[in-house]
Amino acid sequence: MEIPYTVKNRPDTGLYNAKLGIWLFLASEVMLFGGLFSAYILLRVGAPAGEWPHGWLDVRLGTVNTLLLALSAITTLLAWASCKVREFGKFKFFHACTILLALTFLGIKSYEYHDKWIHYEIQLNNGKIADGHFESAVYVNQASKQEVEEHSYRGNSFSQVAGGTTNNYQLASVTIHGHVVEKHEELMDLRSEEAKKAVHKELTIAATDIKKMENYGPRHNTFTAIYFTLTGLHALHIFGGTLVIFYLWGPGSKMWKTDPERFTNRIEVSGLFWHFVDLVWIFLFPVLYLT
Amino acid sequence: MSESEQPVDLKSYIRLCAVVFVVVLITTASMIATSYANIGHGWTLKVALILAIAVVNAFLVAGYLMHLLSEKKMVYTVLIFTVIFFIGLMGLTMFAMNDFPPGTATH
Repeated sequence: MEIPYTVKNRPDTGLYNAKLGIWLFLASEVMLFGGLFSAYILLRVGAPAGEWPHGWLDVRLGTVNTLLLALSAITTLLAWASCKVREFGKFKFFHACTILLALTFLGIKSYEYHDKWIHYEIQLNNGKIADGHFESAVYVNQASKQEVEEHSYRGNSFSQVAGGTTNNYQLASVTIHGHVVEKHEELMDLRSEEAKKAVHKELTIAATDIKKMENYGPRHNTFTAIYFTLTGLHALHIFGGTLVIFYLWGPGSKMWKTDPERFTNRIEVSGLFWHFVDLVWIFLFPVLYLT
Repeated sequence: MSESEQPVDLKSYIRLCAVVFVVVLITTASMIATSYANIGHGWTLKVALILAIAVVNAFLVAGYLMHLLSEKKMVYTVLIFTVIFFIGLMGLTMFAMNDFPPGTATH
């Protein structure tokens, strides 16, 4: 049985079915991201004065990602235009560029996430705060008293089974690359003159001096929570879109030989999704990185 | 006929894309410059300006790359409903901004 209106437009809607479908889907996507933007606004205006972070994200990386997505939106359009003029080789080239640009975007995003994951705020017993990127931690074997250096933070203590024996380790000290501040507020605006003057160096802090240690993950504060939620959902869309584009570029491109018009429509529909993902980033970038 | 159904000239599309990319470069640079500029009025004016530039950027992508400037009536019908619901959602957000439950901190 042949599926109707995959190439020709339906007389009542004026569109082929997949195109109407993608626009309805994008309409629902607007509301999905709209709800999260609404949450962002309420969290931001509800934050006490001086408690909303500025300058926590790297504008240079955000800018590169903005340009990568803009370029990928362009290569997607050119891939579709190549199909329209029946130049399959050019379609392959432009869509390969889209896939590479999307993967680079995800790579940069992963780097940014990792940077937040190893960035710690350490509340000290003297009331000061040490803030910086984790370098190493020294743990002491509770039985043998031997010291072990770990390059990832494993909490205050951890256990490890080796040779049938369970070894218990206790945190002795943490080394970060950062600085110490008197008050929490000094960490909120990293664009301020005071923050720019801060000298970052290697700091080793004894476990007995640590009151609380937490990384800049989603639970750190409302900013990181909404940052990871918004960009995480967006990255999932990028990932999903890349999979679809890869399928159409690779195994799915067989359809070009049997039904080029239908294949071109598939490229248009996937392109509309990709442009929507770019549109979302156009607002995410200024909202999270610049304001 | 919508723009996506018209005969395509690849060279003219490449020219269009080049123009769009240059404008995206300019708008992105403008947003960054605005965010670092010393405008006064705290962050409120800056946020408004930056979002206004972002809207220009979004118009380019939606209008030219998604062909929304010359689409079929059905697409506009779907989008009109989306815009109405989106405005409603943001309206509720604005309405809720100063609506703190009794006993919670206000500032």
